[in-house]
Amino acid sequence: MKRCLTLALALASVLPFTAAAHKQWLLPSSTVVAGNDVWITVDAAVSNELYYPDFVPVRLDNVTVTGPDGSAVQLQNASTGKTRSVFDVELKQQGTYRIANLNNGLSARWGERRTGGEGGKPDAGKGQAPAAPKPADNQDSGFLRNATVEDLTTKVPKNAKNLEISETLGRVETFVSNGEPTEIKPTGKGLELLPVTQPNDLFTGEPAKFKLLVDGKPAAGLEVQVVRGATRYRNAQDEQKVTTDTSGQFTVNWQEPGMYWLSASTSDNKTTVKQATQRRLSYVATLEVLPQ
Amino acid sequence: MTKTVPLTLTIALSGLLAMPAYAATLQVQLEIPTLNVAEYHRPYVAVYVEGADGKATANLAVWYQNKDTKEGHGTKWLPDLRQWWRKSGRSLDLPVDGVTGPTRPAGVQTLDFAANAPQLSDLKPGNYTLVVEAAREVGGRELVKVPFTWPATAVQTAKGHGSSEIGAVSLTARP
Repeated sequence: MKRCLTLALALASVLPFTAAAHKQWLLPSSTVVAGNDVWITVDAAVSNELYYPDFVPVRLDNVTVTGPDGSAVQLQNASTGKTRSVFDVELKQQGTYRIANLNNGLSARWGERRTGGEGGKPDAGKGQAPAAPKPADNQDSGFLRNATVEDLTTKVPKNAKNLEISETLGRVETFVSNGEPTEIKPTGKGLELLPVTQPNDLFTGEPAKFKLLVDGKPAAGLEVQVVRGATRYRNAQDEQKVTTDTSGQFTVNWQEPGMYWLSASTSDNKTTVKQATQRRLSYVATLEVLPQ
Repeated sequence: MTKTVPLTLTIALSGLLAMPAYAATLQVQLEIPTLNVAEYHRPYVAVYVEGADGKATANLAVWYQNKDTKEGHGTKWLPDLRQWWRKSGRSLDLPVDGVTGPTRPAGVQTLDFAANAPQLSDLKPGNYTLVVEAAREVGGRELVKVPFTWPATAVQTAKGHGSSEIGAVSLTARP
């Protein structure tokens, strides 16, 4: 019973519904490069401290690299270790590359709700075993992550009470420009950043403007969190919180150079899967701010 | 034969005396400091002119490693000249005749331009800032800005000074 409770608590803490204690990120070795055949390396991890891989890796199954011409670029030398995944990207084109991890899936929970605990394995992409309670355990409550529509019929108990199914669309990305930056076109799906200031043109002392879009439309009133990296070497998070205005735009002031983690989330009910009652959208970007 | 000698002499003299009768000129002198470090590499340097709006209007010189080494092509490190790169460098088709060249050693480097030189062709009358940006491998970066007006109505000398990667900078514009 104790083991079952511990397991349930541990599993419950994994729910994407609770505020993420951890930060997921893609960290490129450089964001401003030059040359006809440039190589960069990207770290992908989920961690507490920015940008140190102190927790679990991000699986690379859903990581894509889009070139300036919109074509897909292959990840090279990819590997997933204990605390991070790493891969190389060869930039043969001039322009801005978009490197993103897309976490799209269905989540379901039913039965008694347990209050979320601390940390636990967060949503890190397909390939992770959906954590469903064993048949021998308490059938009255449970949950699924990264479920498919089929899983909803096979893995959810028929008489599940309090069943809540959500769609999650998460995008974690970063940008690298080789030579002159090119336009970043919105995908029109989920929550994403539309640059007003080019993401590879960020310098301390120069306020940057961005817009947040949901399904291609400006998202007003969203809170954006911005945290500078190197959190290990200071005693406070020093995060900035800004809210998008009616045109979905927000401004960030960079006091210091460094890598910054920018995050926003929202939810609505514009689901594409009919059993889902709500949609949870999240967005994370790693932005490099250079000194003057 | 005898005619050409006096002509040459006259031109040489007028260059020394900077007579307004002859074409206007712009001269930039910058000092690459001698540094006593264990691993010295000649700096990458960009000398350019910014308009009042902060945009690059003219590139006067860009010195960088022109040959390939096992560390890659010299252009790989051009983004280290951060301000020049974003204001001009990244949209240029390098190399640029009369502008780009190999890195230079420590000492005073002089750049001379006639007012009708191609490098100055986009300088309309107005207030400008001469920017000298230097970045040195396993060393530092520095930016020195010297404001000036173009074209000069009288001999104009403007000076600036760096503290680490750039020494004295002076600009002389002659009408």
